Amino acid sequence: MSIFSRLSEKSWETPGNQGMADPEDYRPDAVTVGVYVYFGVATIIFTLMAAAYLVRQGMDTLMDHGIDGSDWAAMPEPLLLWINTGILAVSSLAFELARISARSGAAGRMETMTKLGGLLGLAFLVGQLILWRQFQAQGYFMAANPANAFFYLLSAAHGLHLAGGLYACGRTVGLMANGAEEARARRNVRLCAIYWHFFLVVWALLVALLVAT
Amino acid sequence: MATTLADDLRPLHHPKTWIGKYVWSQDHKVIAVQYGVTAVGIGLVALVLSVLMRLQLGFPGSVPWIQPENYLQLVSMHGMIMVVYLLTALLLGGFGNYLIPLMVGARDMVFPYVNMLSYWVYLLSVIVLVAGFFVPGGATGAGWTLYPPQAITEGTPGYSWGIVSMLVSLAIFIIAFTMGGLNYVTTVLQARCKGMTLMRMPLSVWGIFTASIMGLLAFPALFVAAIMMLLDHLAGTSFFMPTLFSFGQTTDTVGGNPILFQHLFWFFGHPEVYIVALPAFGIVSDLISVHARRNIFGYRMMVWAIVIIGGLSFLVWAHHMYVSGMNPYFGFFFAISTLVIAIPTAIKVYNWLLTLWRGDIHLRVPMLFAIAFIFTFIHGGLTGLFLGNVSVDVPLSDTYFVVGHFHMVMGVSPVLVIFGAIYHWYPKMTGRMWNKTLGQMHFWFTFLGTYAIYMPMHYIGILGVPRRYFALGETAFIPDSVAIANAGITIAAIVVFLAQGLFFINMIWSLFRGPKADPNPWGAASLEWQTPDTPPVHGNWGPKLPTVYRWAYDYSVPRPERDFIPQNEPPA
Repeated sequence: MSIFSRLSEKSWETPGNQGMADPEDYRPDAVTVGVYVYFGVATIIFTLMAAAYLVRQGMDTLMDHGIDGSDWAAMPEPLLLWINTGILAVSSLAFELARISARSGAAGRMETMTKLGGLLGLAFLVGQLILWRQFQAQGYFMAANPANAFFYLLSAAHGLHLAGGLYACGRTVGLMANGAEEARARRNVRLCAIYWHFFLVVWALLVALLVAT
Repeated sequence: MATTLADDLRPLHHPKTWIGKYVWSQDHKVIAVQYGVTAVGIGLVALVLSVLMRLQLGFPGSVPWIQPENYLQLVSMHGMIMVVYLLTALLLGGFGNYLIPLMVGARDMVFPYVNMLSYWVYLLSVIVLVAGFFVPGGATGAGWTLYPPQAITEGTPGYSWGIVSMLVSLAIFIIAFTMGGLNYVTTVLQARCKGMTLMRMPLSVWGIFTASIMGLLAFPALFVAAIMMLLDHLAGTSFFMPTLFSFGQTTDTVGGNPILFQHLFWFFGHPEVYIVALPAFGIVSDLISVHARRNIFGYRMMVWAIVIIGGLSFLVWAHHMYVSGMNPYFGFFFAISTLVIAIPTAIKVYNWLLTLWRGDIHLRVPMLFAIAFIFTFIHGGLTGLFLGNVSVDVPLSDTYFVVGHFHMVMGVSPVLVIFGAIYHWYPKMTGRMWNKTLGQMHFWFTFLGTYAIYMPMHYIGILGVPRRYFALGETAFIPDSVAIANAGITIAAIVVFLAQGLFFINMIWSLFRGPKADPNPWGAASLEWQTPDTPPVHGNWGPKLPTVYRWAYDYSVPRPERDFIPQNEPPA
């Protein structure tokens, strides 16, 4: 039943529940719904930060000093940025393979791919920290320029979300190791994969924003 | 977790110790009370701050230690505490937690552990906020809107540490709210019992559900703004901070955009009005229906109006910024969207009135508060139409007219609903009845008192009396009668403040000495009144979950034994 037909139900005219299925038979589980609802929150957070980025970048900020133009100086795009992006993409691919394995019941490969995805996710975060240190060594400090400040802010927000994902991934690996709740482990692998894909897309859009400006 | 929809009670983690039951509790009802007590506690602090402000305004110099900078701190802390830490926390964390699982027929929230965590993180945010009073320089005095650059610039009270405490506290609060909000939304979507279709949910649940979605989408704007301002303040970035000439020196900041903060703030700030209002709309609909023994008029329209108001509220934020230098076309757009939102709001008001029309109205204490809400909300809504128009808003901006308006529409109105709701659900929560006389006295002092406070503010606002001023001094356009009005407002505020004692005395006395409550003393049809135990125990429904067969508003049915049909009663 579509949301529109649900919202146009004349509930005062239709007492009874004949033909209504048991909710447990058709509703997705709550954790899955919770993760999707959180994607809405994350989308808003990153959209607002990106909007602030574009507004701040487009300002004629040196007008007060009698100079045309902006104080915005774009950050460089070192090789490490692309390597990290690649690692995150491969990490996401590993989670996708884990998800396919979960669906086909290949428990061994599901566990291997989940661990691989998690390790690559961790490698991405370490790579991002190295990237931060590289930028600082080259003088791209946070307070030096608004472009730098936005880079650190956006990458930190993204990194914190992935760190949260790694925690969930670690718990899923723990579930698989104890082997007691196989269905829950499979569900968690599926959610880890979806979560990773979502934040891969977020990162790709952030990189596109950084490169385009 | 499927436990909220299962007949199996074992996965509910029944606590075995007192601490597990009442402190580290995962039971939504205990968490609701924890949220409620904390929110009311910090709300009382804000109430005391407002009385101190009124003493200064009504009787200047009567409290010698209130200096101009202290006055600004009182204003700022009062505003933020009332809007965020009291109203949002109480309506969503308190009533949301208590009512959602009971009204949709679930055993608990879908993520009970996250729910518990949500409360403790909220409490941490309150502690960090209160710490702001004690840091060097005291609490922030930047106004509740915390506009940069002044909020973090030398000369503003609390510009060094007070603002840090406020921003960190807000960030923590938003994390807490996100945990709670995810729970409320997912529970409504996933844990409704068999037969509880979306359009059979009581309007209280619809209001809280929609407000929770709005909170999840609006609070991130405040979160982003708070983090960016913290970085401007502590890390020397220039997100919002332009170049300033302060105390004869140029600041290190270059090119930041203070208006960007205003956009982020109000992208949160205006939906926040409805995050507070929508649960109140829902709850008041249920109170009116139950105590007028009428099915709610236009239920489907009421649901749609809640959803439409929620959506439109994201398109009106810049009507708070007409005087910040806006392109006239933007001003035109935001004025139109502001006026459009009045349509679904008016539908709701008419439907409340039509529910009352020819109803079997029982003027019990909850109903008195519900009817009073209609008065104050219409009053505050109509003055909102004035301020939604650019040309009227510009001269009235930053005057007491605005103070009168927003206190009526989002201060007094939701608070009246909160009182009505507490009086209404207290028998279910505690198993005891209130003292009616004390409740009625509390109502009349509060209702008439708030009019005595806020009506004169509209008049002195039209005279041009500015808000946020410590003292008016000798100002040519302000007549002497304003001082008399201010003294009168202050006396009314003190009376209303003291009258709240009746509420607390009644609540505590009734908890121990009140008459035992019937499981369904008002004859309500919705599910929370049909629990096997009063007050409901952990798990809510005993061994078997309820099944719902109808909507929540079957009242005044021609039956000899009772005039309503509970939601879980099968058709004959």
